[in-house]
Amino acid sequence: MENKPLIGQPVSRLEGLEKVTGSARYAADYHVSDLLYGYVINSTITKGKILSIDVSAVLALEGVVKIFTHENRPSLAWFDLQYADMDAPPGTVFKPLSDNIIRYNGQPVALIVAEDFETARYASTLLKVVYKEEPFDTVLSQNLDKARAPKKGMSTPLKPPPPEPAGNFDKAFGKADFKTEATYHHGTEHHNPLELFATTAIYEGDGKLTIYDKTQGTINNQFYIANVFGLKYKNVRVLAPYVGGAFGSGLRPQHQLFLCVLASLELKRNVRVTLERKQMFSFGHRPQTIQSLRFSADSSGMLTAMNHCAAGETSSYEDYNEILSSWSHKLYPAANTLFEYKLVPLDLATPIDMRAPGGVTAMHAIECIMDELAYKLDMDPLDFRLKNYSEIDPSTKKPFTSKELKQCYEKGAEKFGWHLRNPKPASTKKGNRLVGWGMATGIWDAYQFPARAAAVLTKDSRLEVHNAATDIGTGTLTVMTQIAADEFGISADDVSFFYGDSKKPFSMFQGGSAITASTGTAIIAAIRELKKKIIKKIKEMPDSPFEKIPEHQIVFRNNSVSVQNRPDICIGFQDLIRANNGREFKVTKLAGPDVLKLRKYSKAAHSASFVEVEVDKDLGTITVTRAVTAVAAGKIINPKTAKSQILGSMIWGISKALHEETLIDPNLGKYINANLGEYHIPSHADIPEMEVIFAQEDDTLINELGVKGVGEIGMTAIPAAVANAVFHATGKRINDLPIHFDKLI
Amino acid sequence: MENKSGILTSLTINNNDYKLELLPWVSLLDMLRERLNLTGTKKGCDHGQCGACTVLCDGRRILSCLTLAVSKNGSEILTIEGIAAGSELHPLQKAFIENDAFQCGYCTPGQICSAIGMLQEGKAQTREEVKELMSGNLCRCGANVGIIDAIMQVKEGSGHE
Repeated sequence: MENKPLIGQPVSRLEGLEKVTGSARYAADYHVSDLLYGYVINSTITKGKILSIDVSAVLALEGVVKIFTHENRPSLAWFDLQYADMDAPPGTVFKPLSDNIIRYNGQPVALIVAEDFETARYASTLLKVVYKEEPFDTVLSQNLDKARAPKKGMSTPLKPPPPEPAGNFDKAFGKADFKTEATYHHGTEHHNPLELFATTAIYEGDGKLTIYDKTQGTINNQFYIANVFGLKYKNVRVLAPYVGGAFGSGLRPQHQLFLCVLASLELKRNVRVTLERKQMFSFGHRPQTIQSLRFSADSSGMLTAMNHCAAGETSSYEDYNEILSSWSHKLYPAANTLFEYKLVPLDLATPIDMRAPGGVTAMHAIECIMDELAYKLDMDPLDFRLKNYSEIDPSTKKPFTSKELKQCYEKGAEKFGWHLRNPKPASTKKGNRLVGWGMATGIWDAYQFPARAAAVLTKDSRLEVHNAATDIGTGTLTVMTQIAADEFGISADDVSFFYGDSKKPFSMFQGGSAITASTGTAIIAAIRELKKKIIKKIKEMPDSPFEKIPEHQIVFRNNSVSVQNRPDICIGFQDLIRANNGREFKVTKLAGPDVLKLRKYSKAAHSASFVEVEVDKDLGTITVTRAVTAVAAGKIINPKTAKSQILGSMIWGISKALHEETLIDPNLGKYINANLGEYHIPSHADIPEMEVIFAQEDDTLINELGVKGVGEIGMTAIPAAVANAVFHATGKRINDLPIHFDKLI
Repeated sequence: MENKSGILTSLTINNNDYKLELLPWVSLLDMLRERLNLTGTKKGCDHGQCGACTVLCDGRRILSCLTLAVSKNGSEILTIEGIAAGSELHPLQKAFIENDAFQCGYCTPGQICSAIGMLQEGKAQTREEVKELMSGNLCRCGANVGIIDAIMQVKEGSGHE
């Protein structure tokens, strides 16, 4: 039977059975004998010092095994670099329990280890920590005088500073007939994956550990643990076969991993540490930002000047940075530009990338000011975007590897019915509700990181592919299986993808919507190498019918090797293994982006979102009733899982616009809604009717697969589209997110 | 805390009988996960705010994190591990796979148990009502559309039988 191509097919998730029956095991789900439970104690002050810790009542409690604090932490790695994971920003990495200094509220200060979870948790109430408090700053808007340029470091190439100024912004803006300026505030957000951060460390003896961890990078955490605890790399195995969401929070090793491993090595026991929900607010987050923008246009509607000044929060010890003020010039060709990005160190934990970091924050501001300017020009907001549409990247003057944004605008607008819109604000009513329609553009980078894959034709003539990548819910297992099956001409049932294990070949981490491009390309490269090896073997077989056939005519399909247009020459994979004396064929191959080729191009995924809101005239409550997002992200390997990625990120966009925010009490320096009851994420009842459209985008340059990634692009246009819809409904520009009803009444 | 001897508790879980000596401070959730290795039931908040720990207790959906195990002495508990009939999946389990009603899968056991309980309650008739009565189960990945589609498919399918 002919194997049908799988790329482009809506294959259901291959791990579906495990996920609907409860047999999928996450980091805290491993049942091991003699397991100890660790409970983390967090600082209750924001800045200062621990003067003393009284552990006597804790240790007196039956069932408590040990308490770890800075006073008894063993001597570990000395150098900052040894603590630096692959995603560490410039600065000094936080080292749990290394000293008595408190840098932020909620900082871990101790780990209690007990025979059961309940005892460990109860023991935490018996601990007495005496602190000396110092004054602190936790609010960005009150500390803008401290804004400074970000430090440069290893991560700078991935997050370059904004482009240099072009033309003369002040002059062009000063004399422009049509101009607008606005400031946009965003509060803190926490990723809050539903799975709590957890680590189960299994002590294998002799400095050897098997660790089940919640992470987006198994090798990243393996290196971190080996470096910090002075273990051999081969003795540290980090596994994450299932990850219950992460959204960026698992890009760096979190402190429960360090503490769990510390306890396991010191006690020579199996240990589990699970954070509680409130403790999920005790590490990275999306930072507070303040962005001031000034855009101007001429009377024809062409943008003449763009200024985007952004300030973001970071911690006192690391310079987390994200790309904020670079995006507008990747879209719009204004001749006069001025961009700035600064950081304000505050007494908070270091922020960490959160779904579409920088991009979604910046695009909210950019696309809202574009909407405002369109109204000043009396132009349709979509026409204004089309007027300023650029086929090349204006910031680099390079062509894009592909850009089908126009298709997104057209298809999205058509589906939504945009042409029926009455531009006048507050013009459409439905009973007691004001109806508004808004649109916005989205953009995200198309990353590819180096990755290595192994490909094996096994003794039982199945294809195995191996890579250390995780599947955080994105559909990676399914997509990689589709890619491998097509490339090798084998049915998906005969393919196994092994992943989520640091023992597998290299993968950096699952972030930036890059895993399909990175691991997928590595799998293609490995399978091509495997095919070469197999072809060499079959040509060498005695009386081989393949001997004189040119390599490019030899094809792999239907679980066999055959020759184009020569149905008589064919060898099945089973016979192939027999001919190889029953031995498997195995290769490994490293793949990375074609830097020489790609430096001539700009690369990005694009999207356009159209949103309808209804606003209660009296109460100001906002409901998103319809949302359409059209996405141009290259080839879509699996339209089913890709659609889910876009739907999910659209919900994230709606949430950012209308629901979620971590509130900080400036007098305490502490988050005050650190739970899922008060940190609002959309529930089923909040979900509108939603449509996803994939534009046809053939990209032969970006990578071997022509993919750009779909994890984040669907989010980037939504917040501005919602805010613009709220303006259209009410006539009010609310520039601070989230927009709550109180801002409208 | 001096007396660590537990309370003898009888429970039927997924049609298996258990007699356990439990301290009163052990939640049904922690008992399932840590004592019985039934880790399909998930801890997402331990505060009754996310629904990931939803199980069926005597046919009704409950939050196992807010339930002390000893208080359910004599009850019949059904967890995600007991939803399928042997290798035959429950219609909701099948519909969840078909409708891509999950991404990371962490909220899935709670969503499925909650949906079974919700359908048995018989209160929700429309899609809007289903959305409302399923809103105690959060999904951070944003698989909401697939989840509601899957439930509606089963609800409408069973209506025609």
